Amino acid sequence: MLLSVENLQVQFGRLQALAGVSFSVNRGEVLGLVGESGSGKSLSAMAVMGLLPLSGGRVSGGSIHFDGTDLGSLSPKAYRKIRGGKVALVTQNPMTSLDPVVRVGQQIDQAALLHLPVDRTEAKARTLALMDRLRIPNAEMVYTLYPHQLSGGLRQRIVIAMALAGEPDLLIADEPTTALDVTVQAQIIQLLIELVQERDLGLVLITHDMGVVARTCDRVAVMYCGRIVETGPVEAIFASPRHPYTRALIGCIPRHDMAPGDLVGIPGVVPSVAAMPSGCRFHPRCAQAVSRCFTEVPPLSAAGDNHASACFLTDQPGEAS
Amino acid sequence: MSLSLKTQGAATLRLLGKPFGGIGGAICGAGLGLFIFVALFAPLLAPYAYDAQDLARIGLPPSAENWFGTDEFGRDVLSRVIYGARISLSVGLTAVALSASAGILIGALCGYFGGRFDRITMAAIDLTWCFPEILLALVLVAILGPGLNSTVIAIAVAYLAQFTRLTRTQVRALKGETFVEVSRCLGAGHAHILLRHLLPNALAPVIVVAMLTTGDAILLEATLGFFGMGAQPPTPSWGAMMSSGSAQLFNAPWVVIIPGLFVALSVIFINVYGDAILAALDVKNRIRRA
Repeated sequence: MLLSVENLQVQFGRLQALAGVSFSVNRGEVLGLVGESGSGKSLSAMAVMGLLPLSGGRVSGGSIHFDGTDLGSLSPKAYRKIRGGKVALVTQNPMTSLDPVVRVGQQIDQAALLHLPVDRTEAKARTLALMDRLRIPNAEMVYTLYPHQLSGGLRQRIVIAMALAGEPDLLIADEPTTALDVTVQAQIIQLLIELVQERDLGLVLITHDMGVVARTCDRVAVMYCGRIVETGPVEAIFASPRHPYTRALIGCIPRHDMAPGDLVGIPGVVPSVAAMPSGCRFHPRCAQAVSRCFTEVPPLSAAGDNHASACFLTDQPGEAS
Repeated sequence: MSLSLKTQGAATLRLLGKPFGGIGGAICGAGLGLFIFVALFAPLLAPYAYDAQDLARIGLPPSAENWFGTDEFGRDVLSRVIYGARISLSVGLTAVALSASAGILIGALCGYFGGRFDRITMAAIDLTWCFPEILLALVLVAILGPGLNSTVIAIAVAYLAQFTRLTRTQVRALKGETFVEVSRCLGAGHAHILLRHLLPNALAPVIVVAMLTTGDAILLEATLGFFGMGAQPPTPSWGAMMSSGSAQLFNAPWVVIIPGLFVALSVIFINVYGDAILAALDVKNRIRRA
């Protein structure tokens, strides 16, 4: 296992934001981490990057193992070597992720200079090669430009190049396409998948778009309110989703054969961390909730090969359609 | 996309005043350059020594021999103004350079690390804002003893708070930007983030304020000189010249007016040129204009 997160708990003061999250990624594998805003996807990414203290959070339980090392036991200095080196993050908004007064090429050089035994000339050569690989046209010239001179799609490629420059083994992409045009989205996703195969990377793709997940991921973990509610191979998740929340998310993908008004969202909103519902945290928004859901937390239980779901109704196929 | 190549070379040129719509910034930049040139080569340019007294020629109006007239000791006002440029400009520039460097350093550390260190340091620095600059500088000179070094220190302390506050605010605002987080995700340490990302983004306004403050500092030096707290006689500084000349304001007004004119001119030059630099330092603006 390249990355394995076990029962990860994160607290902000007395509030528990992640209540035991487990997932894992192998080399050459794409894991989709899906859920609405506020479900704890980005927080999980931050925890893996070791950046929680910056926002006042802390890991209060569980473990994160990367390539056999327990990240929780690392000194700040050793963590810095991993961050950007072995594990890299692609952030969600390319508009704000780049330093406005530094030439983009030099921003890409940064990770190589920090983590690899290279000098400036070599870092630049690597950057240019990387930019070529990411199909950035006219790399020599783009190298010298400032971020505001580039389009959104190009900027996102630069952000990906920054993440790849340190030659990571694991890439965490936090909604890498949300800020982009639909046409550009597909290109970027395609590029990420190619890179995973080419470099044998592990990729954690954080998104709320089930459409993207269906096209790209090998496995999926669906998150809701700081818990994993369903996890499994992508085919199984889409063929027979067990958790009502997963079904609702899939129901949110628009299809061409839908009649106007057929597209339904999920009623209600994600509850705040300060006021978590008891029992199954999805019960206030769940159409099928039974009395048990109000009081007991459903455990993640097997529902097929590598497929697990945290719902009392999982075993009752009659209710699951 | 050929923009970048053009703008790179043009940036330096633009500092000479082009972005200020052309002529104003250019004239002031040239005027400032001329003042600095005069200050640098004062011994070659001054027709007389600054302390050469000719008691037979006291308080003479401007003439062919003494272009700016003579003062109460028969000294050539032109020569004294030329030598005075050295004192006034160098005190102003040194004091601001000192003040800005210290302010940027303290402000950046306070803004970046925050916490108790920040609160205590800023409380101390804010104390200096309770007093008018002149009062603060006067008190400091009184403690340190009159002279050029204490003038420089007094002026530097008087303007320290504004540089510290400005840098701190900038750094604090930038600290939360995504690109800083991204840099941290790439494994960058505190020094790297501060020096490569925060300061380059924070400095443009600080440089402009430093430029504008230089004008104020020259004025403050003149004021201290006027109160007899700056350069000691016979060393000529523009402020000290006005002070000693004020006794004969009605008989020989040129002794006061001419150094005053140069103080005013240098402040104007610096301010207008500062605006030009403001426009030139704005990366986005620069490219939009290209």
